[in-house]
This record gives sequence, C-alpha cells and structure tokens, in this order.
Amino acid sequence: MDIFFALTIPLSSAALFSVRGHRSWAPAANAVSAFLLFGVSLVLAAHVALEHTVRAFSDQLFLDPLNVIFIVLTGLVSLTTALYSVGYIRIETANGRLGPGSLRLYHSLFQMVIFSMMLGLLSNNLGLLWVALETATLSNAFLISLYRTPKSVEAAWKYFVLLGAGIAQAFFGLILLYFAAERELGPGGNALLWTELFRIKSHLDPTVMSLSFLFFFVGFGTKVGLVPLHGWLPDAHAEGPTPASAILSGLLLNLALYALLRVKVLADAVVGGNMTGHVLLAFGFLSVVVAVFSLRKRNDVKRLFSYSSIEHMGIATVGFGVGGEAATMAALLHITFHSLTKSCVFFLVGTASQYCRTQKIPEIRGLIARSPFWGWALVFAGLALVGMPPFGLFSSEFLLLRELVRTYPGLAALLLMSLSVAFGVILKRILSMVGGDIPPDTAETVFPKTPVLLHLALLAVLGIGIPSLIWIWFQKTAQYLTILP
Amino acid sequence: MHHPFEQSLIGLLGGLLLLTVFAMLSIRRIFSMIRIFVLQGLILSASTLTVGLASGERHLLFEAAFTFVLKVVALPVLLFHLIRRLRLRGDVEVVLNVPITMVTGIFLVIFSYAVASPLVRMAMTVSRGLIGVGLATILLSFLVVLTRRKAMTQVMGLLSLENGLLFSATNATYGMPMIVELGVALDVLVGTLLFGVFFFQIRDSFEKLDLERLERTWED
Repeated sequence: MDIFFALTIPLSSAALFSVRGHRSWAPAANAVSAFLLFGVSLVLAAHVALEHTVRAFSDQLFLDPLNVIFIVLTGLVSLTTALYSVGYIRIETANGRLGPGSLRLYHSLFQMVIFSMMLGLLSNNLGLLWVALETATLSNAFLISLYRTPKSVEAAWKYFVLLGAGIAQAFFGLILLYFAAERELGPGGNALLWTELFRIKSHLDPTVMSLSFLFFFVGFGTKVGLVPLHGWLPDAHAEGPTPASAILSGLLLNLALYALLRVKVLADAVVGGNMTGHVLLAFGFLSVVVAVFSLRKRNDVKRLFSYSSIEHMGIATVGFGVGGEAATMAALLHITFHSLTKSCVFFLVGTASQYCRTQKIPEIRGLIARSPFWGWALVFAGLALVGMPPFGLFSSEFLLLRELVRTYPGLAALLLMSLSVAFGVILKRILSMVGGDIPPDTAETVFPKTPVLLHLALLAVLGIGIPSLIWIWFQKTAQYLTILP
Repeated sequence: MHHPFEQSLIGLLGGLLLLTVFAMLSIRRIFSMIRIFVLQGLILSASTLTVGLASGERHLLFEAAFTFVLKVVALPVLLFHLIRRLRLRGDVEVVLNVPITMVTGIFLVIFSYAVASPLVRMAMTVSRGLIGVGLATILLSFLVVLTRRKAMTQVMGLLSLENGLLFSATNATYGMPMIVELGVALDVLVGTLLFGVFFFQIRDSFEKLDLERLERTWED
C-alpha cells in the first residue's frame, strides 16, 4: 500500500500542476509533495528493514535492500531540489524568463521525472523498468528545453534522439533476456521479473546472457553518460534549468547505473571470465580519464560540473566492474555521496549564475564578498566533490582505491592520477569564482540555505563516521548482489 | 510444427522489411520517407499476423491489429499532419555519401546474422530464421538516425528502430509480455505526440529543424 503512495503522490502532483502549476502556491506545493514522498520512502525503508523483500501488484513492483537505497536517495534529493526550486523559480519569474505556460510545464514535468524514477526503481519487471527509463527520458527532454533558446532546444533534441536510439539497444537486450528466461520460466509476465530471474540465474544460457548484457550496456551506458556515449550530457546539463540539472546528475544517471547493475548481477551467474566486469572496468576508466581531461577547457560552470558527473559515474562503474563485496559496496556508497554532493554544487552554482547573470566562469566572481557563508559553502562543496575528507566521497573513493590496489594496482595509479587532476582543476575554478570583487551588474538572488546546509551536513556526518545501520545495510546489499551460486 | 508456406511468407516479409530500411538510408524526400514508414508498418503487422496464425499464439493476432492501428493509421496521420503544418512537403535533404552508407549497411546485416546465429539454433519459434533480420533492422535504423540531419528524418529513424524491435521480439519469442508491449506503445505514441507539439513551438527559434551537430557538444 505504501508502494502505491510512492507512485501516486508524484503522479497526482504532476496532473495537478499541469493545470495549476503557474499559481503562486505551486512551488511550495511542489516542495510539500516532495516532502510527502520522502516520508513515504522512509516508511518503505522500514518495511525492507523488517522483511528484506516486499512485493506488490502481483509481483510487478518490489522492494529490496538495493532499490530502497536509491528510493530514499531519490526522495531526499527531490525534496531538497524542490526546496531550492522555490527560490530559483521566484527569481526566474521575476526576470521574465518563465511565463505561466512554462511554469505549468516545469512543475508538472518535475513531478513526472520523479514519478518515472520511482516507477523504475520500484519495478520488479525489467520491461517496466525500461518503460520507466524511457518515460523519464521523454519528460526530462522537455525540462531541458524549458527556456526555448536555440541551444536548449538543440540540447533537448540531442538528448531525445541519442537516448532514444541508445535505449532501443537496451530493449534488444531485454528481448534476449526474455528469450533466455522463457526457456526456464515459461512465457508470460513472470519471465521478466527480477526476483524470478535472480532465483534461476544460474540456469540461463551463457551465450544469450552475454549478448544481452552487451546490448543492455550500450543502452543504459548511454543513459549513464559513459564515454564514448556521453555527447548529450554536457549540453543537457548546461542548457536546462538548474533544478533539472541537479535531478539529472544527482538521480537520473544513478537510475541508469542501477538498471545496469541489476542486469549485471543476473549475467554474472553464468557468463564466465568476468566478462561483464571487464567491460565495465574498461568503459568506466575511459569515462574517468576523458572526463577529467575535458574539465580543463570548460568555461561554462554547469558544463564543468557535468563533466565531473561523467567522471564520478565512471568511478562508480569501475567499482561495479571490479566486483566483489567491498568494491560493490564502495560503488554504491560513491553513487549515494555523489548524488548528495553534486546536487548541492548545482544549487550553489545555479544561484551564482543567477546572481552574476551568466554561466561563464571568468565572469562569475565575488561570491565571498557578497556573502561569506555562500562563498565558503561553495568552497566546501567543491572540496567534498574532489574527495577531500571529512566529506563522504573521500571514504567511498578510499574504499575503492583499496580494492583496486589489491586487484589491479596499475589501474589504481591511473585512478589516483585522474583524481588529482580533477582536484586541481575544479578547486582552481571554484576559487576563481568565490574570490575577487562583486561584479558591477548583479541580479537579485535567493540563497538556498536549507538544502545546501542539509547536504553539506549529511556529507560531513556520513564522511566522518557512517552510522553502523547504514554501513551494515550497504554491506549486506553488496553481499546479496555479489554472492555466487 | 511445419508451416512451409507461412515460413516462406515470413521470409519474404523480412526481406521486404530490410529493403525498406535501406530505402530510408538513401531516400532524399522527407515525404517519401513517411510513405516508406507506412509500408514498414504494413509489413510488420502482416508478419506478426502470419507468425500468429502459424504458431497459434492468439495475442499476436491482437498485436498485429494494434500495430496496424498505431503504425499504419495513427502515426502516419499525425506525421502527414505535421508535414503539412510545418510546410516540409517538398523538402529535400542532402544525404551525404550514399554508397558508403550502403556498404556500411551491408556489413551491419552480415554482422547481425553472425550475432543471431547462436540464437537461431536455440529458438523454438516458427520464424526463428528472421532474428538476424530484426537485429539488422535495428542497427540500420540506428545508422539512419546517425546519418540524417533533419529532426523529422531522425524521428523516422527512431520509429523504424522501434519497428525493428517489435519484429525481433515477435520472431525470437512470440512477443514480449503484454504489460511491456503496452508500455512501449504508450511511450512511442506520447513521444511522437509531444514532439509534434515541440516542433511547432521551436520552429521560430530553430530554423528548419536542421541538426548537424548531433555527435558534438558546444565547446564552452
């Protein structure tokens, strides 16, 4: 029943906002809806803590320790993004960049994206998961083109076409998976249920499963933004409204990686030679290296951090590629911390670019002079992003490096080198933005105090000492995913 | 399980399907491309019907009818309407390097057959020989999306890609579970409808929907 609420809250809000989203109460209602959803996600976590796996709607939807992590994360980040969005929307409306029609579209699509993410995370049926990913793509494409500038339209179009074509490859993977499963489970809806597939995973045909995994990899890899299929990602982040960038980087990329992980777990049972792991390792590293070396040339602040998203998604992919309990756990932690960090960074730089009326890094300056709290928050968020202690990403990167040194020492050196390049470039850019005098032509802004403080505090607390409840949860989840028959 | 007539009919339809995708790769007039898409819908629904009759899977008959309504009636009406409103009727698109694209296409077909051969040996469907054609249709449509520059023709590539997926699903496993098929159909319909709206709204800011930078990002 609570699962039902996790879907109806965003869906009915989307329906409401499609007609009333331009009213003055809509941003607040958006936040209230996200708050309710966050509450529901905590209740769902409690269910899983008691029962491990919960199924609903004739097994089509389910909860297990893995998807609950992402559900709570989605609930939390949508809540803080909705809070940030209240101020963001007020400024954009005052500047005349958003009319009533755009506001209706924005609020309704915001909830639609959350709905499709929730549906994807909750679905036990891998086909339904695919449909949810496609729905998320469609809704997000419209969010990106919200401002209707030629560049944003082009970005949205590219997003739609590349992801549409990419995700079709994943559907062929789905057909192959069904082809393999049908022989064991018989035709019908059950043959795509993850819980059923997990039960019989060692009986699936190895050839079909390896082909299926490769097609899934191309499809979902496009959506994760792995190099060389990342062409859409920087444009989509830079041209859309900032709350959409925060959701895209913080949550949607995760969902695609989550879907890939589900398939990998099934394929690993029969595909020999750690083929899936090697594919993930190779493309994960390629993404990290290419993203890190693309950081230097970026002048647009949102583009800079979108490349950093490619880098972090690459790191998480490497973690899943290494495999084994410890590395999988490190990757899961990395995804979680990256979501919290990156959405916080986007709140801060989004506000900064509203304040300085530009997204160009050389023209953004004087943030500390404007408000010390704001400037230092950006510095701390930057430190968190490049993996400095005491923030969360330090611990996940440390755990991953430890596993890499044990398994592939050469790659550990490569990763460490990439991380230090990212460290230098990102901090230099952030320091240039916070320092200096206040630029002459500034605009009114609303500083998103609550979401930023909440994220930074959570990251610091989780980085200093992860509560044993959360630690054990991640450990058990990694164990359950990597255990071989 | 011997259906020689149905099997050769499905083989013929599969061959025709491949021809339509090759036509999409080389055709220059946008208007003709939609006609090809209608033809593709007809072929798809006929082959689904034939497989359904030969195998006795009744839900395939329903699906054939559904494909007919969606791909031969609803979507073409929508697309022709769009063409008329956007005044794209006489539009010609410069297609670069047709011979190279064609040769790449032939290699894709050979590759698809190679990939599909282990599947064909395992499959139990009447139309198992055509799994390779399905995969080839998918990859060729992907090529259409990549080589085309106009928004309208890229959409045609995506729709043809979706046809290839349905064709593969029918031939490899007698279709996907109903809930998935319905979800996919819904996404396709909503996607096309929404992008119809999208086309109108962006016409002013975006001359003629011309895209040559699909694979590149802005360098700033």
